[in-house]
Amino acid sequence: MLRYTVRRFGQLILVVAALSVLLFAWLRSLPGGPVSALLGERATPESRAQLQAVLGLDRPVHVQYFQFLGRAASGDFGVSTGVQPGDDALSIFLQRFPATLELSLLAIVLAVAAGIPLGYVAARRRGGWLDNAGVVSSLVGVAVPVFFLAFLLKYVFAVELGMLPTSGRQNAGIDATRVTGFFVLDGLLTREWDASWDALKHLMLPALALSSIPFAVVFRITRAAVLDVLDEDYVRTAYSKGLTDTVIRGRHVLRNAMLPVVTIIGLQTGALLSGAVLTEKVFAFQGVGEALAIGFERRDYPVLQVVIIAAAMVYVLVNLIVDLSYAVIDPRVRT
Amino acid sequence: MLTSSRRQRIDDLAAGGGAPDAGVSLAVSAWRRLRRSPLFLVGAAIIGVFVVMALLAPWLAQHDPALRLLDDQVSRARNEIPPAQPGHPLGGDQQGRDLYSRMLLGSQQTLLVAVLATVIGLGGGLVLGTLAGAIGGWVDSVVMRLVDVMLSIPSLLLAVSVGALFARQTQFTVILAVAIVQIPIFARLLRGSMLAQRASDHVLAARALGVRRRAIVFRHMLPNSLGPVVVQSTLVLAIAIIDAAALSFLGLGAADDSVPEWGQMLGRAQDVIDSHPQLAFWPAGAIITVALGFTLVGESLRDALDPKNRR
Repeated sequence: MLRYTVRRFGQLILVVAALSVLLFAWLRSLPGGPVSALLGERATPESRAQLQAVLGLDRPVHVQYFQFLGRAASGDFGVSTGVQPGDDALSIFLQRFPATLELSLLAIVLAVAAGIPLGYVAARRRGGWLDNAGVVSSLVGVAVPVFFLAFLLKYVFAVELGMLPTSGRQNAGIDATRVTGFFVLDGLLTREWDASWDALKHLMLPALALSSIPFAVVFRITRAAVLDVLDEDYVRTAYSKGLTDTVIRGRHVLRNAMLPVVTIIGLQTGALLSGAVLTEKVFAFQGVGEALAIGFERRDYPVLQVVIIAAAMVYVLVNLIVDLSYAVIDPRVRT
Repeated sequence: MLTSSRRQRIDDLAAGGGAPDAGVSLAVSAWRRLRRSPLFLVGAAIIGVFVVMALLAPWLAQHDPALRLLDDQVSRARNEIPPAQPGHPLGGDQQGRDLYSRMLLGSQQTLLVAVLATVIGLGGGLVLGTLAGAIGGWVDSVVMRLVDVMLSIPSLLLAVSVGALFARQTQFTVILAVAIVQIPIFARLLRGSMLAQRASDHVLAARALGVRRRAIVFRHMLPNSLGPVVVQSTLVLAIAIIDAAALSFLGLGAADDSVPEWGQMLGRAQDVIDSHPQLAFWPAGAIITVALGFTLVGESLRDALDPKNRR
């Protein structure tokens, strides 16, 4: 178990190192570049050269890379040139990360809360109307582009019905105290219930849009896993022993069916990060995804570097945790 | 308390059938199951209509999709676009071009994006996956580390990163960006089933008979590993269309929109969606329908090819 963990961590470091080289090389070959983005059309050759010198872009690429590594080790990833010009890139990420985490967590909670019970019931009543409705909706859920679903939700619930806010994380009028950067949690900690409630209302629609794909996947995997387990001999044995339905459901069926579901929830982290770029843009939700969308538009290298490396690390780490938890749940994996 | 499938199996046994199609190849028994699957039939019908539409589009469309025929009815100041009218059943877009003709001809580019992206992704994945799975050793390690790095970037971020590499975005850069994301997925899938093949008895038998490695790989291992790849390809056809739309939405779609594509039309409609939702709804509806079609076929193929369902 320890050796397994150590080896997986070694892989994580390797992936991040390779990624930093690739990213660095790639970002420098992007057309346009921050100089054009900052100076715009009116740039003279002199002013361009001056700014390039200031940003360190006039030195050889490998020198720039080692400089970047050296600074990164001390937590300095450079200064944003486009997303929030002048701000420290790492602090932009750190300040926006709780927003995306809050959004993703709510989305995954919605997906799991709806997907697992529905998947279970669908499998128990295979071929029934609920099963068919679930299967069809999970197929449609995958086919609808996330950003279009976000638009649709925004149009119906925010613009037409006016039930929920159209954009942002919290109303500007609310004077909320910041503690952790998680707006809902902050409100609970400081007992500013209205701030918490307002932040939650801002989260609802983006989270709903973001949960569509994880929901479809969790539903399908749960249904398939429960169907598989119901056919197993040990379930039949349990019935023939005269155990009650409740015990069999909890101990034999659900517990064993959860293994693939846990894995798939981990794998959804990537889909969530991808989806967050789209939904955050639609709802102007100030998270990491929006920073990425704007960063690409304005060629903000420092922010893109931090965000993509961090996103990849989160992704790899989550999958590592999932694999380890898998080993805890299923003794057969522990070799 | 019996589950329905178990009951079915017992019924089969009682009827003396046991396995009704024993001795039939997996492909044949898969096709038998597909023919009876309503999901497959609906999906195949959608794809059929889509392909016929793309083929006949030049004859069905009454207007040039790039021509600003209704330009006089466009008013930027009053935020007006041409309404539906005789000869133009869906009205015009922001630039006064006939929406009906653009939707019809858009099917061609959309089909092209789906097919090309899938072919490139599949091709790259086939090469990498076959290399890793067939040769093994350090080649396997190198290829799989590369695949791991690619897979460690969330797919849309990778596609956007590739798309942003080009100074000028065209339909082809969009296709390339969408395709590259799929390469590691195909590679991983293929390597997995190749590895399973390598340990199997028929490969061992072939090796014992002295069959050359190339023949073992291409005649014995590869054909038997293609099932999951075929399923994934069908699903990628849908993913490619949706990803292309997302790239357009993020401002990395093809810059030139004289040749229409549904994803691009949807991406560009975002600025006017509040005042002219029909510009988004038509391409979105088309994309959802076609993506659903490919997904239905892919999922029912997966079920049909699963030996567990073979009864």
